Parts: sequence; C-alpha cells; structure tokens
Amino acid sequence: MVGAVALLLSLTILIPGDPATILLGPRATPETIAALHTQMGLDLPFPTRLAQFLGHAAVGDLGRDVFTGRAVAQIIAEAVPNTALLAFSAILLAVLIGIPLGALSALKPGGAVDQAIAFLSVGFVSAPSFVNSIFLLLVFALWLPWFPVLGAGNGLLDQLWHLVLPAVALAVVWIGYIARLLRSSLLEVLNEPYIRTMRAYGLPERVVLLKYALKPACIPTLAILGMGVGELLGGAVFAEVIFNRPGLGSLIYDAIQTRNYPVLQGAVLVIVMLFVLTNLLVDLSYAWVDPRVRARRASGGERSA
Amino acid sequence: MTWRRLLSELMATRAGAFGLFAVALLLIVAIFAPLLASHDPNAIAPMNRLQGPSLAHFFGTDQLGRDLYSRTVYGTRIAISVAVVVLSISLSVGILLGVTAAYAPRVIDQLILSIFDIINSFPSLILALALVAVLGAGLGNLVLLVSIVFIPQFGRVARAQTLGIRNSLYFEAEQVLGAEPWRILLQHVLPNIIGPIFVLASMNIPVVITIEAGLSFLGVGVRPPLASWGGLLHDGYTYLDQSPWLAVTAGLSLIFATLGFTLLGEALRDAIDPKLRQPR
Repeated sequence: MVGAVALLLSLTILIPGDPATILLGPRATPETIAALHTQMGLDLPFPTRLAQFLGHAAVGDLGRDVFTGRAVAQIIAEAVPNTALLAFSAILLAVLIGIPLGALSALKPGGAVDQAIAFLSVGFVSAPSFVNSIFLLLVFALWLPWFPVLGAGNGLLDQLWHLVLPAVALAVVWIGYIARLLRSSLLEVLNEPYIRTMRAYGLPERVVLLKYALKPACIPTLAILGMGVGELLGGAVFAEVIFNRPGLGSLIYDAIQTRNYPVLQGAVLVIVMLFVLTNLLVDLSYAWVDPRVRARRASGGERSA
Repeated sequence: MTWRRLLSELMATRAGAFGLFAVALLLIVAIFAPLLASHDPNAIAPMNRLQGPSLAHFFGTDQLGRDLYSRTVYGTRIAISVAVVVLSISLSVGILLGVTAAYAPRVIDQLILSIFDIINSFPSLILALALVAVLGAGLGNLVLLVSIVFIPQFGRVARAQTLGIRNSLYFEAEQVLGAEPWRILLQHVLPNIIGPIFVLASMNIPVVITIEAGLSFLGVGVRPPLASWGGLLHDGYTYLDQSPWLAVTAGLSLIFATLGFTLLGEALRDAIDPKLRQPR
C-alpha cells in the first residue's frame, strides 16, 4: 500500500510537461523561464523533487496556486467538505433506495415487481451520471422550476435544496448496482440451510428475509460501495461542473483548464487518499457486519489481504 | 460452443435480444456513417442555428447550424471505434503481462502485480482525467491513456486463469509427454483464458464509451470540430435553456449505446460462462 502511494505520487509529479513555459507564455525569455524553474524547484533532479514533494505533503504542504499564490492545501481543505457532502448524500440515497428495491425483488424472484425493478436497475446502471445530471437539470430546474439551477446555495436549508439534483444524479447508478447486487446475494443467502431451518420453525417469510437474510446479504454490497466511493468522486467532477458547485471536482476541472498543476496534483492526491481511506474503512467494517470475520480475527487466525 | 448456439442463447432472453439488436444497429451506423448521414457533419450554416427537429434536420441543428443527426451518426463512429481500439490494446497488453506474471519468477510476478495495484489505486475516471489533462487532449492520447486504465483488469484475469491451468492435471500431462512450453501456451493456455477475457472486454465497452464521452464533455477528449457524443452533450449543456434538443439527442444516444452494450455483455457472460450466471 505504501509503495502504491509513493509510485502514484511520482506519476502525478512526472507528468507535468513544463509548467513554467505555459505559465509565462510564448514571449518568455529563457532567463525568466530558468528563474521560475529554480523558484518552483523544477531544475532539481526527479528523485529530489519526489522526496521534496513527499516531505512537504507529509506535513500538509502541497505547494502554492501558480496564479494566486494561495496554499493548495488550504484551497483543497475548503473544497473537500462540499464534495464529501455531495458524495455522502449520494451514497445515502443509493443505500436508502437501492436496498429496499433489492429486497423487494428478492421477495418474489421472477414476479412482475422483480421484472420491473430489474428493468429499472439496468437502465439506472447504464446511464452515465453526467447524462443524468443534464436531464435532471433540464426537467426539474428548467422545465419545472422546482429546484435551483446552479450553485451551492447559502444557509442550511438552501444548501440542502441545491444538493438534491446533483445527489440524485450521482446516486442513480448506485441505486441500480445495489439493487441488482443485493437481489442476487439475497437469493444466494436464502438457499442456505439456516434459512431453511428458520422457515421450518414457521417464521413469516418477511421476518426471515429482513431479520436473518438481509444482513449477511449486505456484505457484497458493502464491498461494492467501497469501490463506489472512487467512482462517485469521479462522477462528482461532472456533477460539480454541471451544477456549478464548488468542490474538488470543479477544482480539478478549473485546474485543467488553466494548467494550474500544483492544484491539479494536490486535488488528485487528496481524491486518491480519500479513495484508499474509504476502502480501508470498508474492509474494517466487514468485521462489524460479519461476525464470522470477527471470530476469525479474534482467534488469531490468518488474515486475508 | 458454436456461433449458432451462442446466438440462440443470446436471443433467449428479452434483454439479450435487445442488447444484440442495439449493438448491431450501432455497428451498422458506425460502419456506414458516411452513407447514413444526411449532411456534412462539420458544415456550418449560421442562419440555421439552434433549430428544432424538422424534415431537413432530423434532430435539429447546433449553435453553428451543423446538422445534429449527422453529427450524432459520426459520433457513433467515434464512440465505437474508441471503445474497440482501447479494449484491443488493453486486452492484448493485459494478456501479455498476465501470462508473463503467471510464468515468470516470483519477483517479476510481484512487480507486475504491484503495477496493477498502483493503476487500480486511482479511481479510473480520475486517473484518465489527470493523465489526459497533463499529456494533452486529443484522440490519440485519449485512446492510449484510457487503455492503460483498463490493462490491470485483463492482466489479473489472464494471470489467475493461467495459474489455474498451470496447476491442472492436463498441464502436467502435457509436460510429462514432453510438449514444448510454447506449444502448451498456444494450444492450451490461450484458448482457455480467452473466454473470460472476452466477456470482460464486452462488459467494459459501455464503461469505455462513458469515459470517452465524459472526457470529451469536459473538453479534454475528442477535440472539436470532430463530432463526439460527449462534445455534443457539452454543446447541449451550454445551450440547455435555448435548445434542449442538443442535450436530449446526445444523452439518449449515449444511454442507448451503454444500455445495449451492457445487456449484450451480460447475456454473453451468461451464455459463455454459466458459472457466473446470476441466480434467477
């Protein structure tokens, strides 16, 4: 894991072509370019730059915005809460809608409800989030002026109001994923002997499903959510650009447009760290959901990677 | 499995049949784009700008008066060819690295695996976005860089499959019979890993199409005036309040394509590898 982070850092450092030339424009003299090189540390050999960047990043210094001179770490710190809020509400929505849909279709596999949900979730899974964003914007903000068009809003209620459309746009794909995945893992769990025992005891099907089958069936869903956070952060770029919200995504987009490499590097680094971190959290939460994992760890048995 | 048998398995479900139909339609549109387009996709006619659908312009026109139907048709060509080229590259490199990892000494195996891990530790869209942003927009870079993003998936499957075969009895038997390693590789290993790899590729087509459209939407992919669905969608977003047709046609084409390829991919998976089939 540490190796991965180090190499991934070197990748983000390696790729910028020559920011100095781009910054100063075509009329820059070789002397001014050289001066800026020294100032930005670009004349140093690559391993030194990598070590410097790593050393600075470790203490929270990600360099400075090439235009305004503000600290990148501070710019990013201001953007993260917006993106985190968006991603979190999208996941919450996806779980709140996806899990009931999945459970509903597992109740009577092959039935009319199941088929309708299957149809819906395939459509949900295939629609790219930026298409969803634009369609939602078109229908619910322009044609039916129910929701605000752009921005993040001021004050708590207004902010929540502005959050609805982007969060729904991002959640749609995950509603589809969760519903489909939960359905298939529920059907698998329902074949287990212990479920047969429950049924033999005469427990109502609903109790069997909700109380005993749902929890173990959620484990694969949890795993996909870990992956989902990364994809959601990717989708957030589009949602933030389309709905004109401040956040990591629009930061990256603007940095690309203006070739503001320190900001780009910093933002990508933070997204990757968030991604790694959530995957770690998901791994840890297995133990919380699945007593079998907890038992294995407590007994000091082998740990799977 | 014969082709006829595969075809009938695909047609057996409504979803599979729709996927097959959609993909066939998209392929025809992509191949015969010049014949199907009603106008030159890049011909500018400012007095016709932002029109709604009509007999002259089936999907209306964009902000420069270009015919949207023709641009959508040519966009299909871009989307399909990008997906095919990207996946061919990552499939070939992935098989090469995966099989090498499975055969090579432990050090090289670990090295290849950690390269895969590094690529995978990025969210795929963010990685593609960062790479394209820094190395420059354009079709060539886009294809190359998105290919890199997809290599690990193929590499891992190829490696796992090859390892499985290397531990099998028939592999041992071939060795005992004195077959050349290359012969075993070509005759037994490759044919056995190609099925799952092929399924993986078909499942990834909609993902690649989405990434291409997304990058083009953000202006770091296919460059204007070349018509791509992502670019059309961006034009549509810019003129959303004046002329929703742009966004609607581009968005619907994208959804149609991803839906079609997703359904076909899943039907293929169920047909080729029944072990992976979802419980019904």
